[in-house]
Amino acid sequence: MYTQKVVDHFMNPRNKGKLEDYDAVGKVGNPICGDVMYIYIKVNDNKIKNIGWETMGCAAAIATSSMITELAKGKTLEDAEKITKKDIADALDGLPPIKMHCSNLAADGLKKAIENYKNGVKK
Amino acid sequence: MIYMDHSATTPVDKRVLEFMLPYFGKKYGNASSLHSLGQEAKMALEEAREKVAKVINADPSEIYFTSGGTESNNFAIKGVAFADKNRGKHVIATKIEHDCTLNTCKWLEKIGFEVTYLDVDKYGLIDLGDLESSLRDDTIIVSILHANNEIGTVQDMDEIGKIVKESNAYLHTDAVQSVTKLPVDVKKTNLDMLSISSHKIFGPKGVGCLYIRKGVKIDPLVHGGGHERGLRSGTENVAGIVGFGEAMRIGEEERPKVMPRLQKLRDKIIDNVLKIDNTWLNGHPEKRLPINANFSFRFIEGESLVLLLDSKGIAASTGSACSSKSLKPSHVLIGIGLKPEDAHGSLRLTLGKDNTEKDVDYLLEVLPEVVSELRKMSPFKKDYGEFE
Repeated sequence: MYTQKVVDHFMNPRNKGKLEDYDAVGKVGNPICGDVMYIYIKVNDNKIKNIGWETMGCAAAIATSSMITELAKGKTLEDAEKITKKDIADALDGLPPIKMHCSNLAADGLKKAIENYKNGVKK
Repeated sequence: MIYMDHSATTPVDKRVLEFMLPYFGKKYGNASSLHSLGQEAKMALEEAREKVAKVINADPSEIYFTSGGTESNNFAIKGVAFADKNRGKHVIATKIEHDCTLNTCKWLEKIGFEVTYLDVDKYGLIDLGDLESSLRDDTIIVSILHANNEIGTVQDMDEIGKIVKESNAYLHTDAVQSVTKLPVDVKKTNLDMLSISSHKIFGPKGVGCLYIRKGVKIDPLVHGGGHERGLRSGTENVAGIVGFGEAMRIGEEERPKVMPRLQKLRDKIIDNVLKIDNTWLNGHPEKRLPINANFSFRFIEGESLVLLLDSKGIAASTGSACSSKSLKPSHVLIGIGLKPEDAHGSLRLTLGKDNTEKDVDYLLEVLPEVVSELRKMSPFKKDYGEFE
């Protein structure tokens, strides 16, 4: 059901946890649906200097949270904003179709975090 | 692998497999054939029928072999609905039936039947007064799951039997989870029909039966050459049926020894898992299957939990939406009043005769760690914050 890469990112999630020192957070999802993702970013010189996350969700939700940190770290805010759900799924060698929408929230979470950063909203 | 998912399926008992093997290559006759190979198969079939009947205190002539639980439940409900539609168009079931019963009922509604789905309390028990007041002159069948497959709650079937007996309706129960785990007696309980599945009791998959009390008016679902006294056509799955019969015999014979031991292990699991904070038991504390423990862990999601347990060598299951084809949380957990967020974080452990105290100790070592690991990743620690 899941690719090797999804299993790897689920079993060994990268950059997990809330950043102690963050500039903005993007909160997406809903516990009623079973998936909630908080993406934390630390920005320096218009680039994502550090990124972390807290996620409640299925293996796909956790793996996509992990993967977006690898894709976004070091990117300019403009480039990071352009990361799509498909980019994340592709980087994981694909997700089951049923998981594409409900659990693949990381791109939305990052966009929200960047938007909050630009608007000067920390929470 | 430590297997704790016996309500999903069970391995075939070695003795059952041995018993079945000759019926593939050597004793392969068609039970309808006149020659000795056919008659050999026929005898084996009837022997299996006797074994099954004995366990539930029925007459062998009241056992109809099917492909399993789903077919048996479809057969009972649709069969009576079609045969009895002139007498009435009302059916009663509960909100926490297995999907095969619920979807049969929903389909009957589409073609003009009326179905009452009884509510259950927070433990999963129906209200007997509710049942009594739902029965009407035109109620043709009441179908109630004996032991729930997810939360393990066992309905008071004897009392249900007394109530339904006073009405015009037939009483059917899905006993797929309860047979060989609890005593089942169709006469004592006044049952008109009862479904059993072989692969839940250490028998092969693809076989089961429907008990139909003599005199019940029912139509077949599968028409053909008139097998199973005209009620279920199709050349009999002799090897499967023979294995099913033997699994029933062994399961019932060993029940008095196996079930108290498993119940003890189950209670050890419950006592220890409930020490984890923000955790509770789903289902009834006493009126539950001796093999079933079902928990909700707040702030985590069940699919992740099951997959992490799998990576540690433990097989279990969950009622989370993420584990279902529909992306909806379990209707049973919602039926007992759980919020969707708490239904997502559920875990079902179902024991079998091969589980040992060592297995349970390992589970109790691993499970709290896995829950804690997932909670560390979760944005929720004490409550659901703005979502509550």
